[in-house]
Amino acid sequence: MTALQNFTKGFIRENPVFSLLLGMCPTLGVTTSAINGLGMGLATAFVLVMSNLSISLVKNAIPDKVRIPAFVVIIASFVTVVELVMQGFVPALYEQLGLFIPLIVVNCIVLGRAEAFASKNTVLPSIIDGLSMGLGFAFALTLLGSVREFLGSGAIFNIKIIQTDMMLLFVLAPGAFFVLAYLIALMKKLNKKTK
Amino acid sequence: MEYILIIISAILVNNIVLTQFLGICPFLGVSNKIATSLGMGAAVLFVMTLATIMTWLVQHYILMPLNIGYLQTIAFILVIAALVQMVEIVLKKVSPALYASLGVFLPLITTNCAVLGVAILVIQKDQSLLEGVIFAMSNALGFTLALVTFAGLREQLDLMEVPKGMRGIPIALVTAGILAMAFMGFAGIV
Repeated sequence: MTALQNFTKGFIRENPVFSLLLGMCPTLGVTTSAINGLGMGLATAFVLVMSNLSISLVKNAIPDKVRIPAFVVIIASFVTVVELVMQGFVPALYEQLGLFIPLIVVNCIVLGRAEAFASKNTVLPSIIDGLSMGLGFAFALTLLGSVREFLGSGAIFNIKIIQTDMMLLFVLAPGAFFVLAYLIALMKKLNKKTK
Repeated sequence: MEYILIIISAILVNNIVLTQFLGICPFLGVSNKIATSLGMGAAVLFVMTLATIMTWLVQHYILMPLNIGYLQTIAFILVIAALVQMVEIVLKKVSPALYASLGVFLPLITTNCAVLGVAILVIQKDQSLLEGVIFAMSNALGFTLALVTFAGLREQLDLMEVPKGMRGIPIALVTAGILAMAFMGFAGIV
């Protein structure tokens, strides 16, 4: 796999949300608007890149038996960093995302990539893998957030596009399931075409 | 009365899966059969209650006196991971029968965000230990209710003719959406 292929795989072909179905909780929970989706996506991407980077550096020093707890501690440290930084610099977004920020720790994508990729590869490919998966996740969340915000309130990134009343249901819980269902079906179709 | 409010609110009104979006992975992953989803529900009930007690004690007797509240995320996930491992070992020794039915679900629970989520919520809501335990148990029951209902629907769904593009996960998500709409009907009763 070339570096470029490694980088682009996260967007469509191996998109963590649409084709691997990982990290569903934040995907459904925070995407009430495009900006929330983007914020959550970037926070997760940061944790992914940093944890992939550190794990690929220390992988040889960690005994095989305790690797999962060790990975979890590394990931949790970066999540704490993100938590404190967001609390300090973007308090409004921090309030909105709430519980889902500490829950990045248990996001299966982060641990999944650590185990499947970073623990077997060198530093540079691991960073690229983290970037690819992280940005793919951010892309998926922003897309889902935009669709929900548009259908629910007629706006994207808080910019009004349609003035009439829209279907509030899409901002509420059921809308998350409906929109994600159709996006996944659509991505499956796209994937088949590119093959 | 207070406790009854906590129970009803956690099971029906603010159902952990369908309105809070915690524990979606097992909700989609192990909901093919009613029997397995009951097993998963029981395992979650067990671990979630124990984890809430442990994390509450850690928060109030270690993190708060030492003034290191910012280590909450790291401390809690370690406590939960260790707890799950311990439950697995103890269960294997003490009750092989129970282990046989719950065992496969236990490793999955460490990465079940509902467990960590509820532990953090209990701290955020500043609940007492007893309130926390009741809250955790009701949330686990709410999780089981959602999971079993969904599994029942999916068993029926297997017999249906589903449009090709929607087969598998997409139709399951649409079903979950309709289920979430049904649960919205409980809003306002507490």
